[in-house]
Amino acid sequence: MADPRNVDIKDQPGFRTIAITCVAVLYVPILILMIFSFNTGSLVTHWEGVGLTWYGSALLNEEFHNAAKNTLIISTTATVISTICATLAAIGMTRVKPWRGLPAAFMVINLPLMVPEIITAVATLSFFALIAGAFGLNFGIGNLILAHTVFCIPFAYMPIRARLEDMDLTLESAAADLYATPWHAFRRITLPLLVPGIMSGAALAFIVSFDDFTITQLVAGPGQTTLPLYIWNQIRRPMTPEINAISTILLLVSILFVSVSFLIARRRAK
Amino acid sequence: MTIKQERNLPQRAGFLNGVIVPEQPGKNAIEVRGVRKVFGTGEAQVAALDTVSVSIRENEFFTLLGPSGCGKTTLLRLIAGFDFPSAGEILLYGEDIAPLPPFKRPVNTVFQSYALFPHMTVADNIGFGLEMLGKPKAEIKARVAQMLKLVKMEALAGRRTSQISGGQQQRVALARALAPQPKVLLLDEPLSALDYKLRKEMQIELKRLQHETGITFIFVTHDQEEALTMSDRIAVMSAGKILQVGSPRDIYDRPAERFVADFIGETNFLKGTVVSKKSGVATVKLASDATVAAGFPDNFDPTGAVTVVVRPEHADLIADASKGTVAGTLANVVYFGTDTHYHVKLDGGDNFIVRHQNSRSGAVTFEPGAKVGIVFEDDGARILKD
Repeated sequence: MADPRNVDIKDQPGFRTIAITCVAVLYVPILILMIFSFNTGSLVTHWEGVGLTWYGSALLNEEFHNAAKNTLIISTTATVISTICATLAAIGMTRVKPWRGLPAAFMVINLPLMVPEIITAVATLSFFALIAGAFGLNFGIGNLILAHTVFCIPFAYMPIRARLEDMDLTLESAAADLYATPWHAFRRITLPLLVPGIMSGAALAFIVSFDDFTITQLVAGPGQTTLPLYIWNQIRRPMTPEINAISTILLLVSILFVSVSFLIARRRAK
Repeated sequence: MTIKQERNLPQRAGFLNGVIVPEQPGKNAIEVRGVRKVFGTGEAQVAALDTVSVSIRENEFFTLLGPSGCGKTTLLRLIAGFDFPSAGEILLYGEDIAPLPPFKRPVNTVFQSYALFPHMTVADNIGFGLEMLGKPKAEIKARVAQMLKLVKMEALAGRRTSQISGGQQQRVALARALAPQPKVLLLDEPLSALDYKLRKEMQIELKRLQHETGITFIFVTHDQEEALTMSDRIAVMSAGKILQVGSPRDIYDRPAERFVADFIGETNFLKGTVVSKKSGVATVKLASDATVAAGFPDNFDPTGAVTVVVRPEHADLIADASKGTVAGTLANVVYFGTDTHYHVKLDGGDNFIVRHQNSRSGAVTFEPGAKVGIVFEDDGARILKD
């Protein structure tokens, strides 16, 4: 007789139907998008034949190249800076004596996750406009990097903090016991053991920055088109399956990063 | 304990062939003076250590024994430097180390969880302390090789610590803590994670390591058997206090307090009244009106109602009830293989257990329900301080 507290949800009537419906709603549109990227015709809605025509066209498209370049510059820089900030914040909040402001600090770091993105976007835009007006300063693409860094921090922070909290503190005591100064204990014990958390955090930050639209759309200046902005611009013109090809490429990059993050997280759980 | 396991160290007190070696004023490795440790603040204050003072001699295998929460691990952590005392001094060869951080103390620890560095090999773990001390590479290599040999782990030097068994991890943890040649080695219940057979092996191994390295060991355990078999001296702790310090035989045969007598081994407690006393021996009248001669601790003057303890093996059953120190009715006989326990209901109402070592010849046979006498060995009865 099965434990009544441990009912297998798979045995519930309708489970299979609901599950299949959910998965279909989530993935069928994406699947259709991917299939049409292999369409040789010039209409997204009309199938003509299988081919890589639009991938070739996308790869030769200079606007796409520029957008990809901008995206890579912004995402990579924002990932590096936000991961460093997140690592320092996580260490500062797990390896100190509990103090009164700790919950508040935790809130502040994670606030970008809870504030509606459009608010952050408008605020960031006004902030940069203010600086530009008051001091005549414009950081160019630096504006975007700054904005991305800020909202990437909580994403990078979460896995790093989780890793630090899971870590056996006795290891750091053991290092101190074996004559390691706090710096050496960090450098030789804490940091190497933290690497999977940092990698996982960086992968998350990269993916969040890579496909950000709302904030980028508002903050980006002329010539600062990123891939999501480029796709948005393309949709407003007569659409060709080139957009499907570009979207598929983006999707594959995203899947790659999420998988890396997941695999690292799973390895550390062992 | 046999003579072979004893080392010929003049400053050690203890037992040589069962004879008490008088305590000699040896060098103290660690002196704990009036140490208090309070956790929490205000109303929620808890004294984990309540003004503890104890001296640990050079080259001694010293055990802190007590139930969980008695403060033994707190004391060890204070000596290691993971916590700092609220009051008092901790002297290491005369120098107060209480304010120093752990990495400035020439003291190493074997942790209960071993705390081996999972991202390093066995050899790198063992060499870590020496590396942090800035020793030359060649010296580290030689010392690591020596340590691997000492704990018989040469074959596994290149393994990750996750790829070796619990017993092997234990050996690596020992080697890692011994490699920098600390003045004192602290061991925090290091055997508790091992199964029974491995634990027995490691007990002998630990004694051997202490013998070969000549380092002072401070060992924390809640296992009284472990403490009795391994230690030169034991400090029995309860509720943040040290109740009694002495050799295993001292602690076992001459417990000063009820807690010590109860925590270590099995004991019979008898109520009585002191009738007379002279030079360390008092005559006590028990509940059954029988009188018994009982020793008592130094610096203690027993009067009035007292508790007398008799170890089950320090008494014997006889068939003639009138010739026993006390008399009663045999209630139950429990056979344990190596020995037999006789549960006796004394005439005064107390329960009493007699342990009799079994042998092939001269088997004593008593049937439950029989009237029996119990004879105490000389010095078998002791008065407790409480």
